[in-house]
This record gives sequence, structure tokens and C-alpha cells, in this order.
Amino acid sequence: MQAAKTARDTKAGREKLQRIIEMLTAIEAHAVDPFMLDVDDVIKVVKAYFPDWEKPEDLNLDAETIHHLASVIKLQSEWVKHRSTSLYADPFLLEEKITVTPKEDMVGVFLRAWHPIVELEQITVHSLAQAMRYWESLVPLSERWKELAPDEVGTGFTSRDEMIKQRVLSDKVFSEELEIFWQEMKTCVGEKGADGKMRYWDFVGGETYEQTVQRAFLTSFLITYGYATLEIHPLEELVFVKPFEKPQTKPRKEQAVSIPLSVSHDDWQKWKKGEME
Amino acid sequence: MSKRKGVYAAKAKRATHMLFFRRHMKPGVKGWELNKSLGSDYPKVLEVLDDYLKNLDLKVKTVFEEKKTPVAKPTVEELDKARYYITLRGDLTPKEAKMIGWRIDDLAGLAVAIAYIISKKGQAMRKDLEDVLGKKLPGWKVGLNIDRYIRYGYLTEDDNAQLYLDWRTRAEVDQKALFDMLLNVEKQTELTESIEETVEEGTEGPNDDDEEQASIEPEDQQEEK
Repeated sequence: MQAAKTARDTKAGREKLQRIIEMLTAIEAHAVDPFMLDVDDVIKVVKAYFPDWEKPEDLNLDAETIHHLASVIKLQSEWVKHRSTSLYADPFLLEEKITVTPKEDMVGVFLRAWHPIVELEQITVHSLAQAMRYWESLVPLSERWKELAPDEVGTGFTSRDEMIKQRVLSDKVFSEELEIFWQEMKTCVGEKGADGKMRYWDFVGGETYEQTVQRAFLTSFLITYGYATLEIHPLEELVFVKPFEKPQTKPRKEQAVSIPLSVSHDDWQKWKKGEME
Repeated sequence: MSKRKGVYAAKAKRATHMLFFRRHMKPGVKGWELNKSLGSDYPKVLEVLDDYLKNLDLKVKTVFEEKKTPVAKPTVEELDKARYYITLRGDLTPKEAKMIGWRIDDLAGLAVAIAYIISKKGQAMRKDLEDVLGKKLPGWKVGLNIDRYIRYGYLTEDDNAQLYLDWRTRAEVDQKALFDMLLNVEKQTELTESIEETVEEGTEGPNDDDEEQASIEPEDQQEEK
């Protein structure tokens, strides 16, 4: 009974912190007045839930809240600092002034505060002489381009097998390869995944790093062509792949976005050692 | 002339060339460039030059990095990172402003834009500024004018359509004086008559606008049009 209550509290706490983070982010983006926020209230909420946090992702959420709160406090302090400077005037008062001031007076005021830069863009005798010296020492194009002429290479024949060996071509047609890979994804998700999805790394990770890169490459095409999609949980930093039963060929209503996913050698080693959790 | 004076005269001459002739996309010269060309005593050279330019109603203007204006005496590092310009020491009359290519409407719009952004702590939504300018300027001109102020370097805009003051405002406009004078604008009546004269002369249509601006725009910007 007690455990169920604690779990409920933790969930509520997470939701509260997420809502606070959203509000803080809006303030940071200047969408909301920084003084709309009661800092004490936020701190009370953070303090109240802090003893309940055990999982790293919850502690992460807590740290993120504090980080955003610090940014908003900085904004508030900048606002106070600005008000205390001689350059502060109530924007409404200023707007009123601007509205009632005739443009002639406005120009008069501006001209007294405006000291335009003085600069020249003309060529000088010195720079002309320098340019002439450069021109004289410049080697003609016909001589300069001689050095760049490429070596003559004879043409010859090659076979498809040879090109596959040299990895210029794959031994399968790409679309065929994608189709097979899509079936593999579906089977893999069916066997190892849950709710029709599985962890991105568990799917793309291969025996070798080269294999992993190849799988990540093909996965990106499956997603782009509408054979699968990604499900991202930003707070938990989890990425899932989710194959579709049928390819999605209809144009999307929402804006398509590119999601960069790093597949570095270090990441692959971490995954191999099971440290990706 | 003593040897020391001769050295400073030669250095001041070199500094004049560097400061008057545009070397980069933007006018002005960085402190470290002057240091490289004139030596570590370049602040002294600029002082000599500034003193000389006083008689010509010009001055050497030092603009420190944004938000890093030193409170006390600037350090060598701060001076090296600062940018130096030659600017007008006094101020222009409305007629002179017109002669260098500014229409009164555009200049008034610029004054409003700068004052409005200062009052909003250095950043304002483009839409809000358009509304303010739209009260006195025709709609078709508002957007064009803001774009022009951005092109000249008076304002800058980010991806979220937020406007900020840019390098040219920092170099050319005494923001505090503008602000104070604007708040006491009732007292500013002396100039009105002479400006009214200019307005009567300068009531060109929209197509004359670009021709007039040509004199102060860099060539590349003229080509864009």
C-alpha cells in the first residue's frame, strides 16, 4: 500500500518537474516575463521531491530543473540591473514619447547623438603600384595550368564482381537490400522488442564496428523512406526503432526533421560491454 | 623635429591610413592589428592622432567588445580586442544628413528603432518594432527600412525575429545621450524650423529613395538591389 503511494508520488513529482522545466524554458526564450515565476515556490517543489529520487534519470530531472532555474534567476538579475542603469525607461513611456514626438524632433534628437563613421574606399597610388608589381610577377595561366594537367590514364574493362570486391557496388541491389533489412528489423523487434519497438543500439549494434555502421546506415534509409520510425525519449535519452507493418508512402502533414545519431567507435564498444544502459 | 616626435608623426600617418581606408568588410581596425603595425605604444599614437583630428571635427572612437566596456582604465588586452574607428566629433545638421544620403523619414525611423530596442533591454521582437514604426511610416516602407538598418549594421536580427543593436550603432550612436534627449524631447524645439525646411525639400517618392542612399551604401550592397 505504502509502496504504491510512493510510486504515485514519484510519478506526480516527475510530472511537476517537467512542467516547471517547460515554464522555465519559455521564460529563457523570452516568451514569458521572468518575474511571473515565484522562485521560492519552485524551490519548495524541488526540495519536497528530492528525497524520493533514486533513479539517475530522476536525479537528472532534478538537476535540469535547478539548471534552468539558475538561468531564469540570472535573467531576473539582468532585468534588475538594467532598470537600475541610466538607460532604463518604462517602455510604455518611451513608446508614448515616440508616438507623440514629431519626426522632425526625432531627427533633431538623433542628430545630436549620432557621430557617423568616416571612411574611404578609394584606391591609392601605393596600392596601384603594389597591384602592378603583383601583375608583373604573375606567371601566365598557360604556364601555371601546365603543372596541374592530370596524368593520362588508359581506359579498360572491369566486371561487376571486381567492383563488388572493391566495394564500389554492393552484391545486392540497394532496394532489395533495404527490403531484406526491413524484414530483419520486423523479425528482430518481434523477437527481442516490446510494444513493436526495440532500443536503437540493440538493433544496429553488430559484431564488428563496420557492421554496426552499415546497419545504422541502412536503418537511416528505412526511416527516411517510411519503412520505420524513431521514438525518442529525450529526458531518459532513449531512442527506439519501430518498424511499420506497411511502408508509409503518404506525404507527412507535420514538418520532417533530421535526427543526428552518433555511431562512434566508443559508443559501439560501450554497447558491446553492455554499458549503454 | 626631435627624433621621438618624428617617430610618432610617422606612426600617426600610418594609423591614419589604416583607420580611414577600409581594410575589411567592416570599417575600423582592431587593436591587435594596430599593435602589430605600429607597436605596443599604439594607444599613444591614437592619442596624438585624435588630438590632431580635433581641429577637423573628427575623433578616434574606441569601441570595446560588446558588454565588456571597462569601468576603470582599460587593460592592454581589452584595448587589443577593441575596435577603432574615425567618427565625426560633433554632430551633423539636418541639411548635412540629407546631403550624405539620409531621408528624414529613414533617419527618424532609425532613431525610433534604436531607442525602442534600448528600452527593451537591448532586444525587441521585429513585429513589435514594425508596429511602432508603422504608426508613422507607410506599411510598405517599414519592413524595407528595418532591412536597410540591418544591412548597414545598425541592427541585427536572429532566427527568432528578435532584433538587437549591431556594431554600427555601438560605434556611431551615443546611446545614453539619445535616450536622455528623447525623454526630454519637449525642449528640443530649436532645430525644428531648419528641419522643416529640409522636409519640404526632401519629399521624394519611394523610387528616389535608393538613388539617395547610394552614396552611403557599399558597392556590394548596391549590387544586391
